[in-house]
Amino acid sequence: MTSPSATADVLTAPAESDSDSYLTHDKGILSWLLTLDHKRIGVMYLGCVLTAFLLGGVFALLLRTELLTPGRTIVDHDTYNQLFTLHGAVMVFLVIIPGIPAALGNFILPLQLGAKDVAFPRLNLASWYLWVIGATFLLVSLVTNAADTGWTFYTPYSTTTTTSVIPALFGAFILGFSSIFTGLNFITTMHKLRPPGMTWFRMPLFLWALYSTAVIQVLATPVLAITLLMLIVERFVGIGIFDPALGGDPVLFQHFFWFYSHPAVYIMIVPAFGVVSEIFPTFSRKRIFGYKFIALSSVAIAILGFLVWGHHMFVSGQSVVAATIFSGITFLIAIPTAIKVFNWITTMYKGGLHLDTPMLYALFFLWVFSIGGLTGIFLGVMSLDVHLHDTYFVVAHFHYVMMGGSITAFLAGTHYWWPKMFGRTYNEKWGRISCGLLFVGLNLTFFPQFILGTRGMPRRYYNYLEEFQGLHQLSTIGAYLMGVAFVITAVYLLASLRKPADAPANPWGANTLEWRAASPPPYYNFHNPPEVVEGPYEYADWVYDKRTRGYQRKASHGS
Amino acid sequence: MAQLVADQVPPHEPSGGHAHAQDAEHAANPFLAHHFDTPKDQFEAGKLGIWIFLITEILFFGGLFCAYAIYRSLHPEVFVYAHYYLDTFWGAANTGVLILSSLTAAWAVRNAQLGERKKLIFNIIATICLACCFLGVKYVEYAHKFHEQTLPGKYFNPKHEVWELESYQKAHGQHVSGHAAAEHEAAEPPAASGEAPGEAKTPPPGAPVRPRNVGVFFSIYFCMTGLHGIHVVAGIITWLWILRRAVRGEFGPGHFGAVDYAALYWHLVDLIWIYLFPLLYLIH
Repeated sequence: MTSPSATADVLTAPAESDSDSYLTHDKGILSWLLTLDHKRIGVMYLGCVLTAFLLGGVFALLLRTELLTPGRTIVDHDTYNQLFTLHGAVMVFLVIIPGIPAALGNFILPLQLGAKDVAFPRLNLASWYLWVIGATFLLVSLVTNAADTGWTFYTPYSTTTTTSVIPALFGAFILGFSSIFTGLNFITTMHKLRPPGMTWFRMPLFLWALYSTAVIQVLATPVLAITLLMLIVERFVGIGIFDPALGGDPVLFQHFFWFYSHPAVYIMIVPAFGVVSEIFPTFSRKRIFGYKFIALSSVAIAILGFLVWGHHMFVSGQSVVAATIFSGITFLIAIPTAIKVFNWITTMYKGGLHLDTPMLYALFFLWVFSIGGLTGIFLGVMSLDVHLHDTYFVVAHFHYVMMGGSITAFLAGTHYWWPKMFGRTYNEKWGRISCGLLFVGLNLTFFPQFILGTRGMPRRYYNYLEEFQGLHQLSTIGAYLMGVAFVITAVYLLASLRKPADAPANPWGANTLEWRAASPPPYYNFHNPPEVVEGPYEYADWVYDKRTRGYQRKASHGS
Repeated sequence: MAQLVADQVPPHEPSGGHAHAQDAEHAANPFLAHHFDTPKDQFEAGKLGIWIFLITEILFFGGLFCAYAIYRSLHPEVFVYAHYYLDTFWGAANTGVLILSSLTAAWAVRNAQLGERKKLIFNIIATICLACCFLGVKYVEYAHKFHEQTLPGKYFNPKHEVWELESYQKAHGQHVSGHAAAEHEAAEPPAASGEAPGEAKTPPPGAPVRPRNVGVFFSIYFCMTGLHGIHVVAGIITWLWILRRAVRGEFGPGHFGAVDYAALYWHLVDLIWIYLFPLLYLIH
């Protein structure tokens, strides 16, 4: 390729025609199913995760509808147990865990790093297939005789119930390997495929978050895998490891399960921190405040996250000494988390805020995640947890974190990178409306649940006392509002795909490398490996260009 | 996973003719994947990948080791009692077999690095044979356990009490019922006395009383050795694939990654057995 003007190549890449974007490089269904391109794999994950989200969302709406009245409303109590199990399993294993890392991360990580692909593209595709196979097993459980154990599969109930627990367990087992291999791929990519000049402390914070997440995925998920395997064997042949009748210990299952599943909470939330760490500085037009603190606090959360699993078991008969230590370490996690929150707020201070849809979602995240995080500290207090354990307070807490934190950040990231992924802009007005609707809906759904919990409404109950009905109905109305918001979001996002490509290379004026490739990016990401000479949050050189409706880099910048 | 590392297909021919910084390097080396600049980068990425994979394997087995530790500390008597049912001879023999196979695996890496194709093929075949030998011994042991009904959990219903076992008698020097049991095993004596399980046998004085839940030991035994066995099978499949590539002459001084990764995996499988053997067979 002749490149006389090579000096400015990566900066003015959009001049390249998008006739060779990754979307049009190959044609046909097989070119997608057999692709090794991280961008296509990311898009396939996105499609699958959103489909699973629809499924989990329908389960949630059915649950909330059932809870409109005490006693039977639409389904019987056994079906209700199956519904909340599937809602939990689908949302946790199929949506939130793979949502940001596997879907957005796969697409964005190599681009942001300045690499041509992830380290092991075949393994990456294999991870996607594992996801599909795992999801299929979960659905097999759904259509045969859906598991009714709750997503936590606690023994001894999970080893004695007659529902089809084994397919659900096997599905989660396979999904675990999908997650492990994605993590392995990301760690290796970030170690070995950084281009010249991309030092660790020039990496965007999203990559730091993905790195920390990948470490958790790699270290925690194998333990879940062996636990689920033991549970499968337990059900098949009754080996007795978790069965008290045979000398086993059901609490051991809880230890094993939470050794994975508490770090898994950070698999869900740390990438969310990464997404909003990109959005706050970009839409404040201001360098991120406390870069190193945000970067290293992700690592701190990843490490501390391994040492707190016992706080799920304060009432399971663990020793008071152990519970006290777990409680103390749980409080410690608040420190790196608060460091992030304060740094984001300080980033916005005196910044030039642009309230586009991604930024609205990020602000939304900041509010609701803070509520979710703070109530987590309440639950970490042993004396209080004894009262709030297994009540709606817990339900509200983790929905504020999972839904208000992870899903909101996933939506923020999806809106932020949508023009990059598909080369099309969505309807900004409807984006803001549905974001607002979701904010109202989410708080209306889950805030009453805090009150229900403090008044003693237990979680997972089909029936309840008359006095709780008002708050339950408020919660259900909120859930419907969220449903409407998601339908609106789906409509305008899908509608944007029908129009011709119109997105500029850099619509938001961000300085991370993915915005230097065309929208949508070419098959090989970068025509020449980008050379990195500065940090990722320097906005002074980017100026808005009305003609392209995007940001252009000032020509004077000499590298 | 090692396979997936070094065996990237050469890049698709880009339709528009992309300029690559290392075009010449890629043209010269068909094994260099398009997203790596140099073979060294590719090798190092694979090496890091396989090490991370091995860490996940250690954690995967770690759950079982943890279960072992907890049950042994809660019910030490079960472990002391049950281990007599395992045959130390076969366990030790298998340990030797696996250590030898690790030697041939490591030797194969050296052969690949030096480009010694024939020796490489020999060592890979030797590794595969030793792995099969290990599985053969494991089969003998499992078959014996099924025959004796020393099975996991609720299926534990042994045909022989522990004091009837040779291993127990050896350890405790009891000759009282030693001959009886041995003859009884060998020659099917005239009066079919103690064969039917459940029939009350009179223990010799000083014989141990069977503790509750001995089956849990065999649950742990079968889970740990079974999972290890699955890893041996996976190792054999990997080595067969490496063998096919070695026969085609795909390995040499510049590109021996896959052999290296497979050998690392194999050493881990070996290492896990080296821990399993004393933990299960050599209990006092």
